[in-house]
Parts: sequence; structure tokens; C-alpha cells
Amino acid sequence: MIPVPYYLVISAVLFITGAIGVLMRRNALIMLMSLELMLNAVNLSFVAYARMLNDTGGHVIVFLNIAVAAAEAVVGLAILLTIFRNRETVNIDHLNLMRH
Amino acid sequence: MKVLVWLIPILPAVAVLLNGLLGRRILRDKAHYLGVGSVGLALLCALIVILRVIADPQHPIEAKLYPWIFAGSFSVDMGLMVDSLSAVMLFVVCGVGFLVHVYSIGYMHGDPSYPRFFTYLNLFMTSMLVLVLADNYLLMFVGWEGVGLCSYLLIGFWYERRSASDAGKKAFIVNRIGDAGFILAMALIFWTTGSLAYHDVFAAAADHQITTGIATAITLLLFIGAMGKSAQIPLYVWLPDAMEGPTPVSALIHAATMVTAGVYMVVRSQALYLLAPISMDVMAGIGAFTALFAASIALVQNDIKRVLAYSTVSQLGYMFLGCGVGAFTSGLFHVMTHAFFKGLLFLGAGSVIHAMHEEQDMRRMGGLRRHIRGTYDTMLLATIAIAGIPPFAGFWSKDEILASAIKGGHVLWWVLGLCAAFMTSFYMFRLIFMTFRGEERFDTEQVHPHESPPSMLQPLRILAVLSVIGGVIVGIPPENGLFHKFVAHAFHNQGEHAVHAFHFWPDVPLMLLSTVIALGGLYLAYLFYIQDPERPKRLAEKFAFAYETLLNKYYIDEFYDAYIVRPVKWSTDALWSVDARVVDGVVNGFGAFTRLYANWSGIVDRWVVDGAVNGVGTVIQSGSRAFRLIQTGVVQNYLLVMALGLFVFATIYLIAL
Repeated sequence: MIPVPYYLVISAVLFITGAIGVLMRRNALIMLMSLELMLNAVNLSFVAYARMLNDTGGHVIVFLNIAVAAAEAVVGLAILLTIFRNRETVNIDHLNLMRH
Repeated sequence: MKVLVWLIPILPAVAVLLNGLLGRRILRDKAHYLGVGSVGLALLCALIVILRVIADPQHPIEAKLYPWIFAGSFSVDMGLMVDSLSAVMLFVVCGVGFLVHVYSIGYMHGDPSYPRFFTYLNLFMTSMLVLVLADNYLLMFVGWEGVGLCSYLLIGFWYERRSASDAGKKAFIVNRIGDAGFILAMALIFWTTGSLAYHDVFAAAADHQITTGIATAITLLLFIGAMGKSAQIPLYVWLPDAMEGPTPVSALIHAATMVTAGVYMVVRSQALYLLAPISMDVMAGIGAFTALFAASIALVQNDIKRVLAYSTVSQLGYMFLGCGVGAFTSGLFHVMTHAFFKGLLFLGAGSVIHAMHEEQDMRRMGGLRRHIRGTYDTMLLATIAIAGIPPFAGFWSKDEILASAIKGGHVLWWVLGLCAAFMTSFYMFRLIFMTFRGEERFDTEQVHPHESPPSMLQPLRILAVLSVIGGVIVGIPPENGLFHKFVAHAFHNQGEHAVHAFHFWPDVPLMLLSTVIALGGLYLAYLFYIQDPERPKRLAEKFAFAYETLLNKYYIDEFYDAYIVRPVKWSTDALWSVDARVVDGVVNGFGAFTRLYANWSGIVDRWVVDGAVNGVGTVIQSGSRAFRLIQTGVVQNYLLVMALGLFVFATIYLIAL
């Protein structure tokens, strides 16, 4: 059986990868994917702790997270699609209408 | 029958619409097809209706259409009624009206406003028929105002002439005074009896539900209305001026029909008058004075139409004298005979004027008998009729009125009436002699008198026949003839009516006296204007003051101008200056003050209020300029700040642990 800390390390690595992706990339689509990565990193740590503490609550939270992530992806992609239709770009630096 | 009764006024009304809308563009000189045709059809309907009334005079024809006004306890029907009284008026209005329409075809031929003339004339027919056929006072008043309007329109028919449009206005304004009386009378009738329908009002009167005082007030007010419409002292002044209108109009409106509307109204309201002896006396007195007064003016007038106009005023005075002494039927009888012979005289005068190329001054006529024989013959018959020489129509009706006056004990009125009768005979034969006899006083090189066309002569002939036989057929024996029995049916349920049987004494001597007086007037006119034409001039010089007074119509117009018209004008001027100075001053002052206040308020608004608002805006704008720097609009910046913040807080948290 693989010890719990291994999972936690992978989870941390995934989370940081996601966070850096969100902060560094300019493409909104990539940013959404990175966000998804961060969510799944958190899911992984939840499942690991659930197994360690033998508590089903962790599993339940993960399912909830997946549902929320799906919904978020739908809304996010829809918004992106609309933006692309109007502006023909999804570059986050160009989407600064509110500033003016 | 109901439909037929309604058709009588509606037919001319339809012609009014068609002629008024299409006349100027389409019909033009064919306007008389509609104008005369509609009146002819109305006459036909009227004759059928009249025959029905003659067949069964006990039961008047009632033709209610619908409740016209319906408000609380006040209700008026749109209803017509033909009883024997309306039937007589119907005959006069439709009969004379039709003849005058036919006459107008010839007289108005070639006038640029030919369709307009027939439109107005038909509108007059409609109004007059509504007036005589109405079954309540309000509907009668509608007709009453309608004929007043048409009178105004037709007097001012040649409105480009200043005198004509002035005369129209004068007629309208003087009539207004009378109409005010009529309206007040109607209000009082409604207040007393709760209805304006003849049937209810006269039933109440016969039932003695109206006290003598109220009845006196009502009848005096009604009589004021009659004074205006029928040209009695003091409201007679408009009628002589009304001669500015075309002559057929003078014949129809200002002699035969409209001016007798007042008499018709009085005869119709006799149930009320019988309750008010004072009103009767007033009416008899005013009638007698008007008869004498107008006749005396007519003695010296030189305008052929003015003589006839004053004669009309005088004859209307006779009618009111008759009504005032209680001989209502005789008054109505005189309305009818007068319509025949005065209509004829006016139409004849029109024919003379036509022949003389619009000359109206009798001093420049004379000897016309040779040129226009047909006109002369018919006018002579009418003159004999109006002078009161038996057996012509005027004799029977006028003699009845005078006989009723003396038999009722009104000696003064009787004497005045006899004097007026003498004058009537004199001035009418003066008119005939000056116009048709003697030598020709016009320029025979320039003026060639010509006889009028048949469309003008035929009506003259028909009226001449009526003037001759119209009295004798229905008026014998006096005061109890066919006419009187027929009209009495209209009033059979309205209290007592003395039936005057004909007696040798005093009737025959009275008739002889009237005849002698009429012949006396004729003889005097002969002496003055045939035997020695210089005699009137000498007399006029000898009695210059009297002559001048009569010639200037007793200076009544000047008197009215000085004491009524000018004070009214002066007071309106005074009121105008009050309006211009005080009222306008107050209004303008308010305006100026408001403007001043608004200016001041504008300054406050601009500097204080706007300043405050803009100041707040400026402060916020400059404050927010600093904060704007943070807002880069780059999402990653925000996220970075968020992540750093999270990191700092987490670090602090961990250290604190």
C-alpha cells in the first residue's frame, strides 16, 4: 500500500502546477484548464485523507467538488464562447473593457 | 300621416344640404330645381295634411318622433302637431313660400350667388315650418331662432353693400332683445307648469293652476319676444331697414310669414293671455299705437319698399290690437289675408324695381301703368284689399278687428285703429298713383320699363286672386265665418269663447264706416297726387316741421342711437379701458414679477445648486483618479495579489501558532 504522504506530494505538485498556469498563461481557455487541475489536486488530497482517517465524509466532498467543477466548466466555457464571438480573441490582456 | 307631417319641414332641409354643398360648383343657375321643387313637394304634403285636418278638425295630428331632451323632470319631445291653427299657418307659409320661390327664379336670375339665395330661402322655409308645426315651446323657439338667423342672412344677402350688412346686424340684434323675453317666458312656464308642451301648459292654464300674476309675467315676456319678431314699438326699427334684402325676401320673410310668427305665438298662447287682462291691454295699446305710428311715417316716405315696410309694421299692429281686445281669431285672419296682399304688394314692388332697373324712389317713377300693365293690375287689387274696401280680403279681417275693439269697449284703440285705416288707404293709393299714374318722371331716353317674365307674373296673379276672394269666402259672416269655426277647434278645450253672432246693429254701420274711411283715404290721395300733384309740396312747405318729423321717422333711429346705442358703446369703451389698464395691468404685473423672481432663482440655481453638485463630482473624480491606478485590468495581476495576500496571511497564521 502506497503511503499517504506520496499522494499529498502529488496533490501539492498538481496544485502548484495549476496555480502557476492560472497566473502565467494569457489564454483564458488554458487558465480554465489550470483551474480544473487545481480542483482535482484538492480532490486527490481529500480522497487520500479519507482513506487515512477511514472517514467517508472525504469521499462525499469529492463528489460534490466534481459536480461543482462540471457546472463551473459549463458556465465558464459558455462565457468564453460568447466573448470569442464578440471580440474574436480570448486573450485575457485584451479583455479590459471595464478599465476604460 | 305622421311621416307626411315630418316630410314638410324635412324636404326643404334636404334641399338646403344639397344646394349648400353642391350649389356653387355643380348646380349654379339650376339651383332653383332643388329649391323650388322641394318647397313644391312640401306644399303638396302640406295640402294633404291640411285636408286631413279640415276633414276632422277635432283631432289634431300628433307626430312625436322621440324624446328630444330628457333630464330629470325636464323633458321635451321632438314632436310636431297640426291642429286647425297650425294648418292655417301651414297654408300661408307653404303657399306664399312656394309662390315667392317661383318668383325668385325670375327676380334673382343671373345673380352670382343664385344657389346661396335658394339655400338660405329653403333654410328659412324649414325653420318657419318647424316654428308653426312644433308641439312645444322649445321646438317653436328652435324655429323662431332659425327664422331670425335666415332673416339676418337674407337681409345681408348682398353683403358687399355696407348698408345691407348693417341692416342685417341691426335686425339680428334687435331680435335678440325679444328672444331674451321669450327665453325667460319659457323658463317661467316650465317653473310654473313643469312642462313646455302646449298640451300640458294650456291644460294647466284652463285648470287655473297659473295665478294671474304669473300669467301676466309669462304673457308680457312672450309679448316682448313677439315685439322683436313682429316689429312692434319699441322694437320695430329693424323692419324698415330690412328692406335692404332682395325683394322676394322682403315679401316672404318681412311681410308674409316670419314677422307674423309673433302673432302666431300669441294666438297659440291665448289660453295664457286670457288669464292676464293686463297683458291683453298692453298688447292692444301697443298694437294700436304701432298701427297709427307706422302708418303716419308711411304717409311721406318716397322709397317704394319703405312705404310697404312701414305699412307692414302698421298691419302687424292691427293684428296685435285684435289679439289684445280678445279677437285672436280675427288677428290670425288678418295674418292670412295680410300674407296674401302684402306678399303681392312686395312682389309687385319687386317687379316695378326690376322694370325700372333697380330704381326704388317713387319720385322718379310715374306713368308706369302703360309699360307694366300686369304688375299694375295685380298691385291695384292688393292695394284695394289692404285699404279695406269690400269685398276684398283686407276689409273682412281689418273690419273685424276694429269691430271687436269697439264692441269690447276699447274706444281709444278703436279711434286709433280708424285713423290708421284712413292713413293706410291714403298712403297705399299714394304709392299706386305716384308709381303708375301721372306723367313719367324718369329719363325716358335711358330707362325703358319692361314687363317681368312669366315666372314673376304668375305668382302675382295667384296672389291677386287670393287677395280678392281670400276674405270673402271664409270670412262671412264676420267673426263667425268658416275660418273662425275652423280655428276655434284648436281651442275647444281651453276655456270659454264667446261666439259672436252677426247682428245688423252695430255690425253693418261699423262696416259702412270702415268703407267710408277707406274711400276717404282714396279720395284724398286722388286729390293730392292725380288732381293737383303740386298740392303735397305746398302742404309740406306749410307744415314743414310735421313733414320733416314724419320723413325722418320721428327721429326714432337717432333717438335710439343717442340714448341706447351710444351709451352702450360708451360703457363698453369704459369697460374696455378698465380691461386694458386694470385687468391687463394686474396680469402683466404678475408676469413681470414672475420673470424677475425666475431670473433671481436662475442665478441661485446656476451658482449655488449647480456649484454644489459639480463640486461633489469634482472631489469624487479627483479622489478616484488615485484608485484607478490599482485597477490594471489584467486578471493575472489580481490573482497574483490574491495569492500573495493568501500567502502572507497563511505565514502570519503559522508564525502565530
